[in-house]
Amino acid sequence: MLKVNNLTISFTGREGIIRAVDNVDFSVVAGSTTAIIGESGSGKSVSCYGLLGLIPQPPGQIESGSALFLANDLLQLDKHALRKIRGRDIAMVFQDPMTCLNPYMRVGAQLMEPLRYHRGASRSEAKRQALDLMAEVGIREPAITINYYPHQFSGGMRQRVMIAMALINEPRLLIADEPTTALDVTVQAQILKLLCDIQAKRDIGILIISHDLAVVADIADQIIVMQEGKVVERGDRATIFRRPQHPYTRKLLASIPKGQKAPSPISPNPLVSVKKLCTWFKQHNETVKAVDDVSFDVYRGEVLGLVGESGSGKSTLGRSLLNLVPATSGQILFDGQDVIALAAGDLKSLRRRMQIIFQDPFASLNPRMTVYDTLAEPLLLHKLETRSSVAERVLQIMDEVGLARHFVRKYPHEFSGGQRQRIAIGRALATRPEFIVADEAVSALDVTIQAQILELMQTLAQEHGLTMLFISHDLAVIRQLADRIVVLHNGKIVEQADTTTLFEHPKRDYTRQLLEAIPGKSLL
Amino acid sequence: MSTVPVHTLADAEIGSSLWRDAWLRLRRNRLALAGFAVLALFILVAILTPWIAPYDYAQQNLDLGAAPPSADHWLGTDIFGRDLLTQIMYGGRISLAVGFIATAVALIIGVGWGAIAGYAGGRADAVMMRLVDILYALPFMIFIVLLMVVFGRNLLLLFLAIGAVEWLTMARIMRAQVQSLRQQEFVEAAVSLGLSPLVIIWRHVIPNALGPIIVYTTLTIPSVMLLEAFLSFLGLGVQPPETSWGLLISFGAETMEEYPWLLFFPGLVLALTLFALNFLGDGLRDALDVRGAKD
Repeated sequence: MLKVNNLTISFTGREGIIRAVDNVDFSVVAGSTTAIIGESGSGKSVSCYGLLGLIPQPPGQIESGSALFLANDLLQLDKHALRKIRGRDIAMVFQDPMTCLNPYMRVGAQLMEPLRYHRGASRSEAKRQALDLMAEVGIREPAITINYYPHQFSGGMRQRVMIAMALINEPRLLIADEPTTALDVTVQAQILKLLCDIQAKRDIGILIISHDLAVVADIADQIIVMQEGKVVERGDRATIFRRPQHPYTRKLLASIPKGQKAPSPISPNPLVSVKKLCTWFKQHNETVKAVDDVSFDVYRGEVLGLVGESGSGKSTLGRSLLNLVPATSGQILFDGQDVIALAAGDLKSLRRRMQIIFQDPFASLNPRMTVYDTLAEPLLLHKLETRSSVAERVLQIMDEVGLARHFVRKYPHEFSGGQRQRIAIGRALATRPEFIVADEAVSALDVTIQAQILELMQTLAQEHGLTMLFISHDLAVIRQLADRIVVLHNGKIVEQADTTTLFEHPKRDYTRQLLEAIPGKSLL
Repeated sequence: MSTVPVHTLADAEIGSSLWRDAWLRLRRNRLALAGFAVLALFILVAILTPWIAPYDYAQQNLDLGAAPPSADHWLGTDIFGRDLLTQIMYGGRISLAVGFIATAVALIIGVGWGAIAGYAGGRADAVMMRLVDILYALPFMIFIVLLMVVFGRNLLLLFLAIGAVEWLTMARIMRAQVQSLRQQEFVEAAVSLGLSPLVIIWRHVIPNALGPIIVYTTLTIPSVMLLEAFLSFLGLGVQPPETSWGLLISFGAETMEEYPWLLFFPGLVLALTLFALNFLGDGLRDALDVRGAKD
């Protein structure tokens, strides 16, 4: 149905001409799903946007290639004709549904608008069709929710609305760019299933773009692996997963978190003991119980996994432990001292012993401080080094986290995401803390980088005898790292058990749901 | 940045890297350098005026009257026969001093106030910003007139009075910046390292909020100069025979049709100062943004 040949797209930038897409071929067959896999910067999105005339030219330029879609070459069509096809026969679903919906317009009106103006449907007819579509994509009680504004939906429901909008004109091809990346795992599983159902029912072709092999493991028929603008491997799903040929594909497969940490001996005395912790916020005169009556222990030397979906309160909990967010009530005993009740002076010396690593390495480093300044700051603050000895220690830390020494005077924006996360880890470890909270520390990274950082964290945790609270939405990652797991849902602990028990004998339904939603279970 | 291998830090200057790098970047921006040079020249001339001015600024020559530029009087003379170049040089002393000192007052109070309010948040923020709102609501001319009436006409007081009005907007801009920065994870990371709030504001917050502040500062300096002209015109600022660029321009505007040079030359120096400030301001903003073009 769609056949792309020899597509080459280049961008002219400050550093000269960059070939973002280099001689790429792929095709999509009606009723089947083709997945393009690659890490950020691999050209996977550019190649699809290029087909639809959605890359700005200049700086972009389509150098060569053809894209046959229903007997038309998309690359030869003029703007007007292309726009027609884009609206009618090819539809797109993007990563972040919030930015694609008009926040001031009711969802129903946004669905009805194209029906009325492009297809000339009457008001009642458009409404009936909109209701049908909403029901088809699994939105509950469409008769009521048709009058909702986008913000009244959850992320998953908004993505369903986006899919409904994409289906309005009965497209033949659906292009989904990272459609589930912004969603929780359980919701991700539902959306992927929805796409499969729609495909089976309407016999459309789906082109899915993703950075995550595990996500497409269950739905893709054909898989194309891209690296640095080139297709390095293509094949059907079974071949790619069972007999990958190219070393890069093997590396991607090896990076999918799997396996389980060997249980390590745990000392019986807790380093951190949380008792009946509550962290509540006042919001528009409503009390939001972000963390509600939570009690657990973190034992010396263990990695405790804290898993939960967005809104479960897991990040608030992690921040409360370090007193970054004031707790409402309860106790946090760190080595016997109550963190909440401490005076500012005592808190400062305690802060040396507990540190945090954040999710977004782009936001967690001061953009105007060099690596040197970032790493030297905690050392000087806690008087661990003098002005004359600090430089040597900074370089040692860089060695430890695997950053080349000549980067010492560079600013954060000059690094990749993985390198920045190494800086953040270095800063957290600089004071030689005993306890680390890692809040989604690898979630923002590409899979291969994620695997490297996880390995680094594991090594460092062992070397330094660290105790860690590892917060993540991703059970597969947690399984790889954690000795025990706490499951958090709506601010309350649903279940806590050691890793093996939790995976093999989950007690609660919610835990079971989470386990079932792990993408690419067949690979584990 | 060079990729010379660094094994010790002996070759890397430490602690002031942001400012040093900013200076290196600024030096590469020709327009900003030109602006800097023009401002430096004007300031130097202003300082040296009592020694280098060709005439006495109060010396009248009623026989000569308003004369166009000539070999004796390069920029001509005003209606009392006073040398215009001398007037502009002496006027520059007042105008530049008002512009820079009043803006510095506004900058220090505004940035400090806004940063603390924005970082503290909650009740402290509410109280501090309501105070700003109240001061905003006061008609500031009345405020300045009152100050002048109570304390007498005093140049230093004029600087302070204008600065005390101009800091309000500065505080609001700063607060908005800080509020968004406070949510950033690197500020949280600084808290978790155990840094005190004042150090966090100074090292992590203010450097990241400088861009809009610098641009607003370069806009404030000329507007303060014009404000001074307005006050002087009302008789609340400097009085003849002392003068300022603003006063020269307003007198020049009155006689524009007969003696155009009386408007043209004071206007030209003010415009040059404005351009210089703008280019320097843009240059500074880019230089302080480490994400900007590097080598």
